[in-house]
Amino acid sequence: MLQLEQVSKNFGGLPALDEVSFGVPQGQIVALIGPNGAGKTTLINCITGVLPATSGRIHFRGQPIEARQPHQIARYGISRTFQNLKLFPRLSVLDNVLTGLTCEGGDSILMAMLRFPYLRHRERQLKLRALEALDRFRLADKAHWPAAVLAYGDRKRVELARATVGRPDLVLLDEPVAGLNTEETAEVAEQLKRLRSAGHTLLLVEHDMELVMTVADRVVVLDSGRCIAVGSPDEVRSNPLVLRAYLGQMEATT
Amino acid sequence: MTSKEKFGYFFTLHRSGLTVLALSLAVLLFPLFEDNPYTLGLTNLIAINTIVVLGLNLFIGYAGQISLGHAAFFGLGAYGSAIGSTTFGLPPWPTMLLVAVLVALVALLVGIPALRLSGHYLAMATLGLNFVLHTILLQWDEVTGGPSGFSGIPSLALGRFEFADEFRLHYLLWGVALLVLLLCLNLVRSGVGRGLAALAGDEVAAAALGVDTKTAKVKVFVLSAVLASLAGSLFAHCYAFVSPDSFNIFVSADLVIMVVIGGMGSVWGSLFGAALITVLPEWLDMFETYKDFVHGGILVLVLIFLPQGLVTGLIETVRIRLALRRSKDAAA
Amino acid sequence: MSSQDLLQFIFAGLTSGSIYALIAIGFCVVNNTMGIVNFVQVDFITLGGMLMFSALFTLGVPLAAGLLLAVSGVALVAMLVERCGLRPCRSENHLVLIFLTVGLSIILRGLIKMFWGKNRMALPPLTPDEPIRIFGASVLPQALWILLLTLCAIALLTWFFYRTPLGLAMRAVASNPTAAAVVGIPAGRVRLTSYAVAGALGGLAGVLVTPITTLNYDVGVLLGLKGFAAAILGGFGSFPGAVLGGVGLGLLESLSAGYLSSAYKDVVAFVVLLAVLFVRPKGLLGK
Ligand SMILES: Nc1ncnc2c1ncn2[C@@H]1O[C@H](COP(=O)(O)OP(=O)(O)OP(=O)(O)O)[C@@H](O)[C@H]1O
Ligand SMILES: [Mg+2]
Repeated sequence: MLQLEQVSKNFGGLPALDEVSFGVPQGQIVALIGPNGAGKTTLINCITGVLPATSGRIHFRGQPIEARQPHQIARYGISRTFQNLKLFPRLSVLDNVLTGLTCEGGDSILMAMLRFPYLRHRERQLKLRALEALDRFRLADKAHWPAAVLAYGDRKRVELARATVGRPDLVLLDEPVAGLNTEETAEVAEQLKRLRSAGHTLLLVEHDMELVMTVADRVVVLDSGRCIAVGSPDEVRSNPLVLRAYLGQMEATT
Repeated sequence: MTSKEKFGYFFTLHRSGLTVLALSLAVLLFPLFEDNPYTLGLTNLIAINTIVVLGLNLFIGYAGQISLGHAAFFGLGAYGSAIGSTTFGLPPWPTMLLVAVLVALVALLVGIPALRLSGHYLAMATLGLNFVLHTILLQWDEVTGGPSGFSGIPSLALGRFEFADEFRLHYLLWGVALLVLLLCLNLVRSGVGRGLAALAGDEVAAAALGVDTKTAKVKVFVLSAVLASLAGSLFAHCYAFVSPDSFNIFVSADLVIMVVIGGMGSVWGSLFGAALITVLPEWLDMFETYKDFVHGGILVLVLIFLPQGLVTGLIETVRIRLALRRSKDAAA
Repeated sequence: MSSQDLLQFIFAGLTSGSIYALIAIGFCVVNNTMGIVNFVQVDFITLGGMLMFSALFTLGVPLAAGLLLAVSGVALVAMLVERCGLRPCRSENHLVLIFLTVGLSIILRGLIKMFWGKNRMALPPLTPDEPIRIFGASVLPQALWILLLTLCAIALLTWFFYRTPLGLAMRAVASNPTAAAVVGIPAGRVRLTSYAVAGALGGLAGVLVTPITTLNYDVGVLLGLKGFAAAILGGFGSFPGAVLGGVGLGLLESLSAGYLSSAYKDVVAFVVLLAVLFVRPKGLLGK
């Protein structure tokens, strides 16, 4: 579904990504792991067009997307969450989730100003879908709160709801459980599996190895911008390169 | 549901519509209680300013950009209509539309290059445009009348019904202002409006959600320029006289103050800000001397203590209090 | 048109260009450290002229002392503006901060109007007004002073930014604010200093230019806007760009006033600005 070929990104000469190539097959959860500063967030930014890749090709459903604008990529059906949450604090929780349905609007300012009946009808449907999404993430009772007053865990779930409400084909999740407790983490794991069975494809950036090992179908390991291993969780777990670069660190600390 | 709950639900669901309705009623009845032409003249000015401020507020509050030259579009509308309908003798209504289209083109010309960049280049570009326009209005006196202004502009009419006195103008101007208010309310409560709110909140996040940020900024800029132009045309026909000093950069600054005081991104705030800054000089006698302190002081105090503006700031404070209390209740 | 006229126009352009450059650098300094357009810069210029006027005619000090007094006075006021006007605002939102400078500018202009009145005043030039002839063009001594003092100011600034720890800190903040905060550069001091520098530059520009123009409470507005245009022309944020933009703008302006029409002289700056935004939006030396 998503295919990366030798994607590189330099920040003023310093390589943050170095010829990264891998694929994300349809309907799977692919985990992208690597130590801090490995370039995981940078990779997501390149895929979503926030940062233009210095070189390399990115194909989504066979189409090249590396030269597209972020909003065009979003409209192809790729959504994302942000590592350091980007909710709109002044909007209500419901409106925040509704912004995840922007791609389905596509109508002009003039139409919106005149508020044609068909728009009113569609607005109601969108609202229902947003409420459903909030329900899935057990946030329905807070739908009308301003996002600014939510607790951290709730904010993360609002971001997840916003990223998935539009039924995108591919969801890029940047550390969805960082900062959550074990209970909340388990809940997010359930959600991720449910998204997979609903037909979504997920690229999951995560430091939490337990989560990665339980939900991922494939694991891609990044170290200093280089892709050092790709395989099933078990393969990766026993890969000596990975152990040295990454798991070794983890074991040392746990 | 008890009938009381039902009523409350109905009220929350339709609160915007009901407020517009109440306001329309108030506008309709106002001249019956207050027929002093001076007061009506003042409220008419509020209506005109409201139209400009609504557009400018969409741009500042929803596109997250700064225009410090909206008086230029206001002035272009006013002088465009004045010259078109007086010098060339064109019919006023079509002239108004034609001028609005021309102003939209000017806005495109300024907006596309300046909004391509991130950062606040548009603030400078619009300020420059405002300055250029003001200079032209002063210097090109064979066309604009120069510093002494342009007079003899015909009043607007519908058939034989001329909008010639304050009483009739009240209904015309407030009718248009309420219409624009309604259109803006529709816009901000639509999907497009949410996209724009996202844009003002965080450009990267908005783009990731599928908002075409660059185009959206230009579109809203053009829309706000068109509204300013329409208000300018109304202004010209309403006073039958225009002079360059109604459109200098200090007027632009006042428009920004109206937006900020009401609340950036608040439709109702625009109405409040326009009303407050328009009537303020009438309330304060010694105003001429201290105008700068009052205007600047209000702006600075609001920005420091309630950066969302008086209306939005207060509403938001209440909303947050309520939500926090509810969460505490839920926890207990 | 003779070559003497041309030379005359070039001298006039260089003179006003130096003033624009000083103002433009003031805009850039604040932009680089805080990321905002500082509209109070406009009033620093007026204030420079006004303080010079009071120093000369109320206190009766000699010219050189008056100049120092005026420049440091404006720097002080600028620091006050930062401390009491901008610091209390906790918002990080650039829109809020920029509008705040607009509000502060309105207040400062009101204060100036209250202290010095609305009348036009005249400030004497630094040395008596006998034109000097250079290559057949007659040049006012004040113009030479302007060129000389602008060069001095630029040299002093270069020394400050490249040879002092505080200057280094300011450059660090300009190139990467987050990283600078992480390594413990005092953000408050940097902001305060940037305002002081901007104020001093604006004040100097005001002291130097008002003997040529006139002095009244809003003389700074137009000059300030042109300085801003110069900053964007050169590439907003770049110091060499600001100098180049200022001088370029000054030359364009005086040549177009000389050869085209002087009624629209003040418009040239903004027409050029719009054209630059259209053709090369990052300015001449922008990155
Ligand atoms: N905008 C930028 N400019 C310059 N360097 C950057 C930029 N963004 C990231 N980098 C650098 O690129 C490298 C990769 O960063 P990235 O944020 O992608 O790491 P990461 O794998 O997401 O780390 P973490 O696990 O901490 O989130 C880092 O060395 C970082 O300093
Ligand atoms: Mg990261």
